[in-house]
Amino acid sequence: MAVIQVDNLRKVYQVHQREAGLGAALKSLLVRKMDEVRAVDSLSFQVEVGEVVGFLGPNGAGKTTSLKMLAGLLHPSGGEAKVLGYTPERRERGFLSQITLVMGQRNQLVWDIPAIDSFELNRAVYRIPLSDYKRTLDELTHLLGLEPILNKPVRNLSLGERMKCEIAGALLHRPRVLFLDEPTIGLDVTAQKRIREFIAEYNRRHEAAVLLTSHYMADVEALCKRVIVIHHGKLLFDGDLSDLVAKFAPTKTISIHLEDDRADLSAYGEVISREEGQITLRVPRAETTRVTTRLLADMPVTDFTVQDPPIEDVIETVFAEPDATALKVN
Amino acid sequence: MLALIAYYQQRIKTSFIVQSQYRVALAIWMIGLVLEPVIYLVVWRTVAESSGGQVGGFTPGGFAAYYIVLMVVMHLTQIWHMWEMEYLIRDGTMSGRLLRPIHPIHQDVSENIAYKVLMLIVVVPATLFLVVVFQPEIQTSLWAVLLFLPAILLAAMLAFLVGWLVALAAFWTTRTLAINEFYFISMFFFAGQVAPLELLPDFIRRIADLLPFRWMLSFPVELFLGRLNPQAALEGFSAQVIWIGLAWLALRWVWTQGVRRYGAVGG
Repeated sequence: MAVIQVDNLRKVYQVHQREAGLGAALKSLLVRKMDEVRAVDSLSFQVEVGEVVGFLGPNGAGKTTSLKMLAGLLHPSGGEAKVLGYTPERRERGFLSQITLVMGQRNQLVWDIPAIDSFELNRAVYRIPLSDYKRTLDELTHLLGLEPILNKPVRNLSLGERMKCEIAGALLHRPRVLFLDEPTIGLDVTAQKRIREFIAEYNRRHEAAVLLTSHYMADVEALCKRVIVIHHGKLLFDGDLSDLVAKFAPTKTISIHLEDDRADLSAYGEVISREEGQITLRVPRAETTRVTTRLLADMPVTDFTVQDPPIEDVIETVFAEPDATALKVN
Repeated sequence: MLALIAYYQQRIKTSFIVQSQYRVALAIWMIGLVLEPVIYLVVWRTVAESSGGQVGGFTPGGFAAYYIVLMVVMHLTQIWHMWEMEYLIRDGTMSGRLLRPIHPIHQDVSENIAYKVLMLIVVVPATLFLVVVFQPEIQTSLWAVLLFLPAILLAAMLAFLVGWLVALAAFWTTRTLAINEFYFISMFFFAGQVAPLELLPDFIRRIADLLPFRWMLSFPVELFLGRLNPQAALEGFSAQVIWIGLAWLALRWVWTQGVRRYGAVGG
């Protein structure tokens, strides 16, 4: 069953345009030229119960705008979105009680008081029965390791500690749909890993659907089997992460180990590194098998591996295309 | 309803904790609240004393009574959320409030109540101090004093609704200072702050009757001081109720339009 259903969703912003300088400023007092910016353009996709989907795109692609529309913060300019059967922008109690949107660091917590007091406030806001509240709080405290920080004023917490409390506060009402906008941004590697594991665990335990944006590909690789890629507000790719790589990575890397690391391999592919017998070549994806066979036949290779390029590089390739929409496959 | 009461209890408790951490800020606010009426009081007393003992029926003691009661009513009806709304919207903090399954106005109502109750610790002694220093004279009746409380409650409701309505301008412009200033200047003239409305020219009084400001501040003061006959009191309560209804309807409409416009800035 689809918990998120998006059909031709659009968001157009009217932006006031003005040239530089005093004359233009004075002129703009009388006449204003408005420009249309299409932040989200005819976006369609759906997310099923229990799915974790990575929502990728460069800055300004329309990811956050889409998430805000799905969470009911922004009214769409066209098209339709349904989340758990609700129309988000109506912001009905039944809808808001079952979703959460985590973005930045300042949604759930009152700055001046300990997180536990903010959680109590959320208990009243979401009308969570005391027994459920205690159970969920225990679970979140355990999974996120909140014990030592719950009673400290939020302003005294580190960035990572605050983010963990934000996430706990956003999940106390056990939402069925999670919109996570850069949940690990600015955190150190350990904290990132902990939050990643937590999201996976929450998804597993509660069958919650998760739509996640992140600039850290480690997040995406660890959590999302499926990714949706958007660029200039348009859908570019929707499918398995592995297919994204297969379709958009034009090259593979072949690493070989040779006794004689001075051998000239430029005939086989582009040599990108050469270190103590370990030579790495970049070859066109379609040529991989042929080049590998030739190398094994021609050279005294003692070890070799063939790899897809890092996902960051693939994404970079996708967005670097002058007209990225031409690459659309779905 | 029970759930809403539980929310208010929790929110007011939280507001007490938060607000009591900012003792210096609270003290400065309080000095402002007390100082403003004291300045008018001193000016008008001086004018009264130099014009043969009274101005338009107000003796120095009458002015003292007027401004001391005004100060108490100002405290109980004040609203500051228009100064915060611009920041909440410009900064995108409003998003967090919109995501919760409760109307954001409830947070501001509970913070408003918490502040007013907390500050009584200072307002009550300040009032007693001013009474001792300025020797107010009051000639009123029991019914007027009894009706003072409902008049204040209605005034506080009206002031809150109108103030919040003004605050919502922030959905349309990120420079609300001019609008806020216009609102406070209107209060200054038409709500009896610069001078009791009785002392102002007839046409200004007539304008004041047609606007909401008198019913938000001056009316409870006039009532308490025994300056209104029963008919004028009844008219005052009617004006308060009508304005509350209008402001509530306007607020609902403007809120819906504002949220539709909301840009949910930032992350």
